[in-house]
Amino acid sequence: MAVLVVAAHDGATVKESTGKVVAAAQKIGGDIDILVAGDNAGGAAASAAKIAGVRKVLHADGMGKQLAEAMEALIVPLAANYDAILFAADTTGKNVAPRIAAKLDVMQVSGLIDVLGPKTFIRPIYAGNALTTVESSDPKIVATVQPTAFKTVGEGGSAAVETISAPGGALKAAFVGEEIAKSDRPELAGAKRVVSGGRALGSDEKFKAVIEPLADQLGAAVGASRAAVDAGYAPNDYQVGQTGKVVAPELYIAIGISGAIQHLAGMKDSKVIVAINKDEEAPIFQIADYGLVGDLFTLVPELRAELEKAGV
Amino acid sequence: MKVLVPVKRVLDYNLKVKVKSDQSGVDLSNLKMSMNPFCEIAVEEAVRLKEKGVVTEIIAVSVGPEQAQETIRTALAMGADRGILVKVDGDVEPLAVAKILKGIVEAEGPQLVILGKQAIDDDSNQTGQMLAALLGWPQGTFAFKLDVASDKVTVVREVDGGLQTVALELPAIITTDLRLNEPRYASLPNIMKAKKKPIDVKAPGDYGVDTTPRLKVLKVTEPPKRQGGVKVKTAAELVDKLKNEAGVL
Repeated sequence: MAVLVVAAHDGATVKESTGKVVAAAQKIGGDIDILVAGDNAGGAAASAAKIAGVRKVLHADGMGKQLAEAMEALIVPLAANYDAILFAADTTGKNVAPRIAAKLDVMQVSGLIDVLGPKTFIRPIYAGNALTTVESSDPKIVATVQPTAFKTVGEGGSAAVETISAPGGALKAAFVGEEIAKSDRPELAGAKRVVSGGRALGSDEKFKAVIEPLADQLGAAVGASRAAVDAGYAPNDYQVGQTGKVVAPELYIAIGISGAIQHLAGMKDSKVIVAINKDEEAPIFQIADYGLVGDLFTLVPELRAELEKAGV
Repeated sequence: MKVLVPVKRVLDYNLKVKVKSDQSGVDLSNLKMSMNPFCEIAVEEAVRLKEKGVVTEIIAVSVGPEQAQETIRTALAMGADRGILVKVDGDVEPLAVAKILKGIVEAEGPQLVILGKQAIDDDSNQTGQMLAALLGWPQGTFAFKLDVASDKVTVVREVDGGLQTVALELPAIITTDLRLNEPRYASLPNIMKAKKKPIDVKAPGDYGVDTTPRLKVLKVTEPPKRQGGVKVKTAAELVDKLKNEAGVL
């Protein structure tokens, strides 16, 4: 058995999600290789080589922004060497993995949250309202892994880095540009603390004025409910929920979020959940460890003052 | 230019999901079924392209049971021109749907296929990408904005951390994200008109596709319930609990 983990990285280092996908690979069993594809991603390849238990790292440069068409040309020829190919269920993994699966004539397992055997997995359906246990009859596994469901594999390895060449040939897709928000805050998907705002904030100005200072005081990432994103109070990539990001921080503070099912699916695995909402019947209180009923515009400043008194 | 829009019939997004007591699946009996919301966004985008004069014909396709005709009618009422129902009972996995769609694309010759990024029942997020791979076409997934020219389409995509823009040669595959547009409600006259629009009925065999599932469902269960905790009275009490009881500060 051998498993290929396709790394998520920023060029300099692999993201924490890669260690979590390696954890899923360990549960499948066999040798684990990591593929680092990108531009000037030597740093990321070196950091992948340090993950414990990895056999080798394949490093392909000249892969630009990992467009799905290029990744397909790179990964499909490698597939002969592997019984399973795993991606993190982030926007890159979700974009690329099904292309590989289709080329290999494999039905992909999306967003798996547990591995019960080499071909048996648990994954959420219906926005996390049900869990399905599936067994694949395909000769190979192609899957995306929900990183929050796994404990990261730490450092301690010293795998060899093997350089492989990027595929040649013209692509029918080209990268034009990107607008990535620059932020000193931690990345939402992997943050230890998350402060999220909902529709009760009422405007994007108030969202910024109430949610962001509390997040910064806590060193937290900022999230939002789908309702807040739909209303234009927060950008789409803040969205926590089944159609947005799934997070599982140590502390999740939901402010003015009623707790629609699709939001709960994105945060219910958080260690401690705090809800602040003026409606004491709001569904969010049914899953919150600590609920505070009242007007968020009064309570959040009070909370900030109390945190400051406590030295936070 | 011709556009193909696949649409899926799913449990209405407002309804609560109930897992069957024998763990064989989700109970859908006598519940309202609707068009998958991401598919509605796909239909809307196609109709807007037609209103702009970029698109000449919109074909709505559904792979599913007899009743998926209703889903196609909804697309026709929104502005699609004709429908194709590929009749299959039981679950059809994204890989099989992508293979059927490949057959339809080869028969119809569209320049664009616009699909929802995922269906809200199985949450797979695969069909568009698989279809792109099978056809050897470029893909613009999780679209936030489209700009279609005669030989290429520029797609602004929702990615982690922000937006990414890609340029794709036509023909191409697009999958829709939430913010691409706000789907319209079909007007009564358009609903009446849609009843007269043609729907072809086909079978997977017409495209040489075997729909036998590759993933065997061993069981479907409810997720573990998270227990609610306590209500605190003040912000001071909350900070005290977070610090001394939960230990997360």
